Amino acid sequence: MPAYRPCFVPFSRRHFLQGGAAVGVSLMAGGTSAWGAETGLNIYNWDTYIGETTLDSFAKKTGIKPRYDLFADNEELYAKLKSGNPGYDLIFPSDYMVELMISTGVIVPLDHGRIPNLTNLNENFTDSSFDPNMKHSVPYMWGTQGFGYRKSKYPNAPTSWSAVFDDAAIGKHSGKIAMLSDNRAVIGGALKYLGHSLNTVDPKEITAAADLILSAKKHYKTFAEDNGQDLLLSREVDLTMEWNGDVVQVMAEDEDLSYLVPAEGAVVWMDNMCVPKDAPNPQNAHAFINHVLDAEVGAEIANTIHYASPNAAAKPLLLTDDLSNPAVYPPDSVIARCEAVIDVGDAARLYDEAWTRIQAG
Amino acid sequence: MENWRDNRSLFAALMVPPTFWLVLFFTLPLALVWIYSFGERGPQGQTLLAFSFANYARALEWIHLGILFKSLAIAALTTAISLLIGLPVALGIAFAPKRWRGLLLVLVILPFWTNLLIRTYAWIAVLRTTGFVNTGLEGAHGALSALLAGLGWPEALGQFEPLSLLYNQRAVVVGLVYVHLPFLILPVYASLEKLDRSYLEASLDLGAGHWRTLVSVLIPLAWPGIASGALLVFILSLGTFLTPDLLGGTDSIMIGNLIAQQFGPSRDWPFGAAISFLLMYLTFAVLWVRAGYANRQQGQVTV
Repeated sequence: MPAYRPCFVPFSRRHFLQGGAAVGVSLMAGGTSAWGAETGLNIYNWDTYIGETTLDSFAKKTGIKPRYDLFADNEELYAKLKSGNPGYDLIFPSDYMVELMISTGVIVPLDHGRIPNLTNLNENFTDSSFDPNMKHSVPYMWGTQGFGYRKSKYPNAPTSWSAVFDDAAIGKHSGKIAMLSDNRAVIGGALKYLGHSLNTVDPKEITAAADLILSAKKHYKTFAEDNGQDLLLSREVDLTMEWNGDVVQVMAEDEDLSYLVPAEGAVVWMDNMCVPKDAPNPQNAHAFINHVLDAEVGAEIANTIHYASPNAAAKPLLLTDDLSNPAVYPPDSVIARCEAVIDVGDAARLYDEAWTRIQAG
Repeated sequence: MENWRDNRSLFAALMVPPTFWLVLFFTLPLALVWIYSFGERGPQGQTLLAFSFANYARALEWIHLGILFKSLAIAALTTAISLLIGLPVALGIAFAPKRWRGLLLVLVILPFWTNLLIRTYAWIAVLRTTGFVNTGLEGAHGALSALLAGLGWPEALGQFEPLSLLYNQRAVVVGLVYVHLPFLILPVYASLEKLDRSYLEASLDLGAGHWRTLVSVLIPLAWPGIASGALLVFILSLGTFLTPDLLGGTDSIMIGNLIAQQFGPSRDWPFGAAISFLLMYLTFAVLWVRAGYANRQQGQVTV
């Protein structure tokens, strides 16, 4: 999920400072034996991003005991795999990273015949722009970026991007706003506000978005390193741009906090299960994907980590608190205007230069 | 000690592991980054080998130079403040009774036992709007207001407004000084400890005051340690990226952040490598000036 997160900070996925640095390991166990029989399963996932019983129930069902490693962000995952697979069988890259991994041959096509539970998926998620028809990836969890805000400070909910880009709408909240320190997300928000796609490659549109952010920058307290939820909770800011999962976490601690996705649309993210090239146990990886797509297993994961599940069969088993929470499942009409961040190739430099200009200005 | 010329084979044998270590973990990776710095970013963010100075040209654009100059200024300010705090502390430790020195040194080194990230986050807890400083001030303000109200001035102090201490350039400098201070104190202490105290006695006996002895005798004698410490603080804070990321505001980007961005989200390793080397050339230049200065000083001593 957290696309374009700085690669050095060992923030865990949901609970900052809880997991510490992602563990880098070289995997020795679980290689293919001389007869070609697969002996194990090496999973590489985000921190705090799986159910409590998922691994055990898989071991019980199949007799395969998975090894489980953690990474901190997409860039770290990519850096680990691009110069050769150190031994992982199953990885969980986000949308734009799936696209990049397909084009650089880091992940291999999936054998849908081995994943009968694919039919459990909600059809909205089975044909994404970054990987049509799930050829290389199966959706795992999804979510959005939007505003976490303090309800008592906003009598009228900040339903538009104008809440962070328009002087009049910002008003007395000046200096009490935090933005994400995330190039594509912040510029993407400005692009959405201006009525453009957040994946545009038009230099004029990107420049206009950067100018808009520069003109509003004086109102921002900081570009938060994915700790905007802490700023919100400690009343440092009234509104923060954040990943929904992070805001859900602090909403549980403070009833005055809420979350919404701006009406113009924002970033929708999806994390996916993929099999990297040269995986020692690709068949076991397929079996695990199928296991996760099981209705009960999928529901147990979603109910543990409170992210939105793309698993339609799991829906009746999901916690009603999550289902009715706009931070987990925003209205469909808003989702329809959201876009996944996709890799823009050479235009990435336009975004990078705009971002440097924003930070230096 | 034996002269190394007397036992060349033993000397060579002893030199193999460190040389191997240096080449494998320092020279080779650095050479790789140097080669990258002439490369090109592919459309998917791959590093394509090439021979182009485009990355260096880009690194020398005004916007990037502006970030570099700002980083130099922040590093210089950090060094100056570290000197102001670190010199008296080092002096205090060096001239403390012997049985206290060990304990005082441990206190200087102690923060290193905690992760840098945690220590930086601790500063957030201290400086933020509802942090220790502001809540402390608010308490003092409340107590004083109550006191003045009791004396007949109910509205004398007005409403308490928390200070904005975090998310600005000042917070970055505070964080940098805090993190790097031990790197200044330790070398200065080391040179003060070795110092022959009879020079100071001679200076005092010959009629110089304490201040004069400090400026004309002690500081010149401790100068190698002071220079090394200051240089360490300067170089370390010049390349920092964590502190401005966590404590800085919307314009606190430093050259280290720019480099981290290129190797991270931007996936533009060639450009990141070029900026890194620009920074490295700058560091080498500073070290070279320092080495030249040290040589000249040694020359003066022998004359």
